[in-house]
Parts: sequence; C-alpha cells; structure tokens
Amino acid sequence: MGEDGIEAERLDELLLGIVERHGGDPGRLLQILREAQDALTYLPAAALTVIARALGLPRARVEGVAGFYSFLHLAPVGRYRVLFSDNITDRMLGSGELLDRLCNRLWIERGKVSEDGLVSVDTTSCTGMCDQGPALLVNGRALTRLSAERIDRIGDLIRAQVPLADWPGEYFRVDDNIRRRDVLLSSQWLAGEALRAAIARGAEAMLEEMKRSNLRGRGGAGFTTHIKWESARRATGRGERPTRYVVCNADEGEPGTFKDRVLLTSYADLLFDGMSVAGFTIGASRGLVYLRAEYAYLLPSLLENLERRRQSGLLGEALCGQSGVAFDIEIHLGAGAYVCGEETALLESLEGKRGVPRIRPPFPVSEGYLGQPTVVNNVETLCKAALIAIEGGAWFAGLGTKQSTGTKLLSVSGDVESPGIYEYPFGVSLAQVLRDCGAGNAQAVQVSGPSGSCLATHEFSRRFAFEDVPTAGACMVFGAHRDMFEVARNFAHFFAHESCGFCTPCRVGTSLVAGCMDKIANGHGSQYEINEIFQIHRLLHVASHCGLGQAACNPLFDTLHRFRPAYERRLRSLDFAPAFDLDQALAAARQMTGRDDAAAHFNERPLAGEA
Amino acid sequence: MKTILLDGLPLPFADGQTIMEAATEAGIFIPHLCHHPEFKPQGSCKLCTVKANGRYVSACTLPAKDGMEVENNSPDLNDKRRTLLQMLFVEGNHFCPSCEKSGNCMLQALAYELEMLTPHFEQFYPDRPVDASHPEVLLDFNRCILCELCVRASRDVDGKNVFALSGRGIRKHLIVNAESGRLADTDFSLADKAAQVCPVGVILQKRKGFAIPIGRRRYDVEPIAMQVECAPSRTSGEQES
Ligand SMILES: Cc1cc2nc3c(=O)[nH]c(=O)nc-3n(C[C@H](O)[C@H](O)[C@H](O)COP(=O)(O)O)c2cc1C
Ligand code: SF4
Ligand code: SF4
Ligand code: FES
Repeated sequence: MGEDGIEAERLDELLLGIVERHGGDPGRLLQILREAQDALTYLPAAALTVIARALGLPRARVEGVAGFYSFLHLAPVGRYRVLFSDNITDRMLGSGELLDRLCNRLWIERGKVSEDGLVSVDTTSCTGMCDQGPALLVNGRALTRLSAERIDRIGDLIRAQVPLADWPGEYFRVDDNIRRRDVLLSSQWLAGEALRAAIARGAEAMLEEMKRSNLRGRGGAGFTTHIKWESARRATGRGERPTRYVVCNADEGEPGTFKDRVLLTSYADLLFDGMSVAGFTIGASRGLVYLRAEYAYLLPSLLENLERRRQSGLLGEALCGQSGVAFDIEIHLGAGAYVCGEETALLESLEGKRGVPRIRPPFPVSEGYLGQPTVVNNVETLCKAALIAIEGGAWFAGLGTKQSTGTKLLSVSGDVESPGIYEYPFGVSLAQVLRDCGAGNAQAVQVSGPSGSCLATHEFSRRFAFEDVPTAGACMVFGAHRDMFEVARNFAHFFAHESCGFCTPCRVGTSLVAGCMDKIANGHGSQYEINEIFQIHRLLHVASHCGLGQAACNPLFDTLHRFRPAYERRLRSLDFAPAFDLDQALAAARQMTGRDDAAAHFNERPLAGEA
Repeated sequence: MKTILLDGLPLPFADGQTIMEAATEAGIFIPHLCHHPEFKPQGSCKLCTVKANGRYVSACTLPAKDGMEVENNSPDLNDKRRTLLQMLFVEGNHFCPSCEKSGNCMLQALAYELEMLTPHFEQFYPDRPVDASHPEVLLDFNRCILCELCVRASRDVDGKNVFALSGRGIRKHLIVNAESGRLADTDFSLADKAAQVCPVGVILQKRKGFAIPIGRRRYDVEPIAMQVECAPSRTSGEQES
C-alpha cells in the first residue's frame, strides 16, 4: 500500500495512463503533474518517482517542479481545499472575517488540514475577481461575491461532503461587469474575420499595418508590438526542425487585474484570431496560451471554441483554405505562480520546468519556447492586433495619443460604485475614470497593481498613457477611510510569497521587507525599519534578476512618500517629528485642482477600523 | 581589438565573452559566488553586480561589448554587495567558528574582503536538518547559499543529476535525487565533480575534518581578491599550492 492507501500497481497504472495521454513528453511535465494531482488530491513521493521514470527525467527535477507551484501539493491536503483570495480589495470587502468565520464553523485552524482530512482553509494571491469579491477557490474552482450567509452555507456543504458539482451554480457565477465599451469591447466581428483580412493583406503588408498602428504591449512593459513580430519573423529557427511560436500570456497574476479574464470569457474568438494573425505574420504554425490556474474554469469553453475553429477551417492545415498556411493553438494551465507572467519564466513553465526567469539576452524573439523564435504577447495586445488586421493600422493610430495609440482596458476595483471593466482611448485622465466609476472619496489609486504606482489626490489629473502614467490596466481605488499602510503591507507579503527565489536580493529582500512591515504593524517599529525599507528598495530595484524583484518595494516607496503619517503613527518612538509638513506640501496641488475639501488635506485621518 | 573599460582600465575581450570572463582573464577580481569558470553562467547570487554604461547588470552573464564602460570596485557597488552578503548570512545558519569550511569558504572570504562587520539583518534561523546518510559525505544544508554549482556539476560534468532545487522564494531549498530524500540513496560518489564545487560548507567529506589547520587555509593565506582564477583550475575546499 502507498501512503495514500493506493496500491503501487494501481498508482503505476493511473500515472502511466496520464503520461501516455501527454505523449510521454517531458515538456508537458507541469500538465501531467496537474492531472496526477487531480486524480490523487496530492502528489505523494511515490507518484513523483513513477512520473519521473515514465518521462525519463531525474526524479529530483520532477520534485523541483512540483515544489515550485502553489497549487501543487507534496503533502496530503483536505478533500476540500478552500483558498481565500488575499488581494487587498478582497480584504476591504471583509475576506479576513469570512475566513475566520469559515474556520470557526469547521472547527479548524487556518493553514492546517482537519484531522479527518476533510478540509483545509488558507489564503492565495489575488484570484482576479476583484470586481465581484470577496472571492475564493474550492479545489481550484472560483467562487465569487462571498457573504456571511454564503460562507455558512459553504461550511454546511463541506461538512455534508456535497460534491462541488452539486453546489448552487450561482456561487460560481462570474460576471463580465463591462462598464464602458470602446472600439474593442463594442466590436462584433465573426470568428475568422480578422484572420481572413490578414491573409488577404499578406504577411509583409500585415506587418506594415502593425507598424502603422504603433500598437504597444498591453501586458505592462509597453514594448512596441510590430518590432517584436518583425524580429521573430526575421529570426531563423534552430536545430533540425526550425520553427516559430506565438505565445499568449494569459497569466494575469497582477493583483487587481481582471480584464484578460473578460476577454477570455467573451472575446475568445478575437483573441484566437489575433494569435492566428500573429502566427501568419511571423510565420509560426503553433500557438500556445498560458492560462493561469485561477481561470481553469474557462478551459472547457476555450477548448470548445478551438474545436469549432478547427471544424470551420480557422485552425489546422490550410487556414481559410490557403494551402501552406497552417496554425493550431494549444492551452497550457499554470499552477499558481505570479512570476510565470514574466515572459521568460512563462516559457520555462510552458516547457514543464520551474518558473524561473531566464537570463536575457537572448530574448524570446530569437530564442524562446524550445529555443525557437517566439512572440509573447498579452491577451489584450493580441485582441488589438486582430482589430488592426480588420480596420488597418492608420485607424488604430487615430485613437488615443501619439505615443500611446488605441484604447486600453482598465480593471477598476476597490472603493467605487461600479467596479468592472472600462475601455478608454489612451490619454484619459485618472480623474475622469474615477468620476465614471463613482469613486467618491478616493485618497489613492494603485495603478497597474502592486508593481505599478500609487497615486494620491494631487496626482489624479494625470493621464493614462505610456508617456504619463503607464498601466497594465489595474486601478484599485482606496477611499479616504482606508489605511494605506495596510495596503502596502498586503503588497509586501504578496511579493514575498511570489518571489521565485532565484536571485538573492528578491528572495531574501522581499521577506525582510515583509518582516519590517509586520514589525511596524505590531507597534514595534521605529524610524530604523523605515530606513531599512528604503535601503532594501534601492538594492532590489537595481540588482534583482527580473521585474518582480525590481518592483517589489515600489508600493512601499510610493506610500512612504505620499502617506508617511500612516506609517509614523505606528512607530514606537513617538517623539519623531515628520521631516516636512505633508499637508503644506499639497497646497500647490490643491490650488491646481481647485479643491479644498477634506480629502484634499492630510490632517486628522482616522485610523483603520475607527472609521 | 575590442575592449571594455573596467574602472577605467582597458581590457581586451573576444566575442561572446562576458564581462566576468574578460576581467578574469586580465586578473581583475569581480566578487562572485554562483559563478565558476568551468560552468555555464547562472546569474543568481548577484554578487557580481557591476554598472555597465550606467546600468546595473550581472557581470557573469552579460556579454562584453566594444567600448562598454564598466564600474566594478566602487563604494556604491561594494555597499550593495555587502548587503547581499548579509542577506545570505541571515538566510541560512552560518556559525563560522565551528565550520569545517572556515578559511576555505568563499562566502566568508568575501565577507572579509567587503568588510562586512555584522550580519545587520535579523537572523531567519531556518530549520534545515543535516543529511549524514552517505558513507563518505555529509550534507549540512544550514550553509547552503543556493548557488546551484553542485546542481550544474552533477548534471553537466558527472551526468548524474544528484542535486536539484525545490520550493519557491524564501522556501527554496536543495534536494537530492531519491524518493527517500537521502543522499545515501542516490548514486552520488566522493569522486564526483559535484563533491568538489561547493563554495561554502555544505558538501563535506566525512572523517577528513580540519586536515589543514584554520589560519593556514586558502583565504587565510591570501585574500580572495588576490586569487583570480581562470578555467579550469579551482577545486574549492582544497588549498592550492
Ligand atoms: C513579475 C511579472 C509578471 C508579469 N505578469 C504578466 C501577466 O500576467 N500578463 C502579461 O501579459 N504580462 C505580464 N508581464 C509582462 C510580460 O513579461 C511581458 O512583457 C508581456 O507578456 C509581453 O506582452 P505585451 O508586449 O503584449 O505586453 C509580467 C512581467 C513581470 C516582470
Ligand atoms: S527578482 Fe525575484 S522573481 Fe525575479 S528572478 Fe529574482 S527571485 Fe525570482
Ligand atoms: S550545496 Fe553548495 S554548491 Fe550546492 S547549491 Fe548549496 S551552496 Fe551551492
Ligand atoms: S556571480 Fe554573477 S550572479 Fe552570482
């Protein structure tokens, strides 16, 4: 008998079946581990040995991969695994209290499996449901709009051991919450329209349209898309079977971001068209979607869609009846690792490895997936490429600003009346967005997630554009009653949890910084901790291997500059006097914006919990 | 001849060489821990951080470019390196006075070299049990700095894959290739290259402790910065004559 009560023989049979279904391909290790765990609830040591042997991989390599991802378990877990989304927006909606409530009802301690092996309750990084939180995952399935009643009911369902399939469907409902449509969200093109348009133009001409459009990546870095496509097209593949790849980054792990979720839900045809257009343009015959595990519930409908496209000649050999134009798309699931959104970590993960960012150069456009030239683009970028194929580059360049053409989807959440997706032409001011979403008393907006920037009232007149406030789309709004220190502390723990651990500064630095923040929160901090945070920030910003570590201290740096009193009132040495008067420093901004209301002042803001 | 300017000194390099390789060939020391001239660059410890044309980069992975101006031995960079060393010290359990590797340890030697006087940060005190299962070799994970030299040596030279990393973030840790998790159950041998490369005191030969007395060991004799090594020379842990 194995540890799990499964006989070795049955374990072999089960796992060999899974490995076989994946063609015995070691590159599919992560997918194989996911399926093995689905069958076994966790990955016992014996299972890793069988999988390693079947794939011809060193066992330690398999264990190394299994140990990297948050959603893969090497030790027994509950039959019901409950993970509360731990983004600050979920917390603001009361997720902390709901977690305690569920633990109490189930008589369990957070983070520990119940003695009967029935259930475990813990937290996980943002699940991308900030517009309909608080949210959680049960055995990987997303549940939204939690309330005390719902939590009590969930506790009952778990205690009665009701299978997930028999839980009320309403619990699993995920709404799109589209609040403002512009060219992308109001488009109604049929599947294949964009691909046919691109084929009619021809690859070189399509590239020319991309150039004219001046489309820049929507995943965060804002790299000009046509340069990426052109480099991959000009690059030659390696080895005996040189080829090229198009990879869609659907990892959407940045807390507060959920626009790709909506595109994957309701605009999948546009996305797949965009990928096919990219494939046709750069001369790739295969596309891969890296879908974050939190969105696994979308997989069945996405696979159905791909099958439909195959049936109607939009995927496969001879696309749209053109011999010599072949393209197909495959979907890989992640397993809980924010760093896998970084494009080279994503490629590693796609190859079935630990999601550790690669050394660059070489860049993916010359050596990407399996060493072949690869274009990695965000979901939204690819959807926009599809529109450009149909409407042309000049049309796209006519929208937005000169340096930031086209529109941008914003994921708005937090203290607003209507959280959801807002599409605007680039150049829209933050103030406009806040008016439209009903953010009455905002004191701060975290733009582009924890790795982006935190803007305070005096900066609300700034505009979303690569030349002003660049953004991957997240806008988390914090009302005047929120404690910005707790916001920053939540982000510090997020980065510590998600650091891949490859490089020293980020691996150790993010933990040190989270420790400093906890110390301050517990009332044991002093000016010393604040100096430490600044020192670690200066190191991580320049010496980290990838963007995660480089940005990890940004939210602390930003809030320390804008909301220093939120830190200082917790410091132990009460005789510390702020170096300068923040309220006075805002005077110019008040004058500029013509404001003089309470929220435009720094005085006497209540402590969190006292509001 | 293509050259880079390292702290103002022109150094020739061949196409494809990294900043580290160009410096090493010229006998100039750039602090490093995960780099080893015999293995594929790794770029994880970040001790070799230099400033090339104004940007902070890893000298061990960045290819040299003609005319590149590189800052190496500066107060700013050494300050950052000292902080990195302090991070490595507090992350593990390093009690130098009782360590067999003392004097032969690159981490310790760099701490002296960069005048690191205290660990500065709060200690993490991780729980990392030692593995004494193997007849010839002891693994004391307390001192592992996750440089992956043993991983690379076992994989690329020994062809064995005895070592690998598991876990993520601050929980990342070294594992061995056995279901039991014990070194004795792998095909590891003292003759392996992987047994020779650990820059700190993790992979230790049993029953051979303190063969050379402390005070006469490699970095006791001469500071690490004076011992610039080109491939293939180093067998860490042994004092070279
Ligand atoms: C830590 C980290 C996480 C990232 N996560 C994502 C992500 O979830 N989705 C995404 O599209 N890009 C993400 N990126 C950016 C990608 O590395 C890459 O720039 C992007 O996918 C390129 O696509 P684009 O040019 O279309 O924007 C991330 C970057 C870093 C450093
Ligand atoms: S910066 Fe952080 S996430 Fe990026 S490679 Fe280093 S440890 Fe990994
Ligand atoms: S055991 Fe030694 S060589 Fe291996 S990773 Fe740890 S410190 Fe490096
Ligand atoms: S020596 Fe360059 S990163 Fe370690």
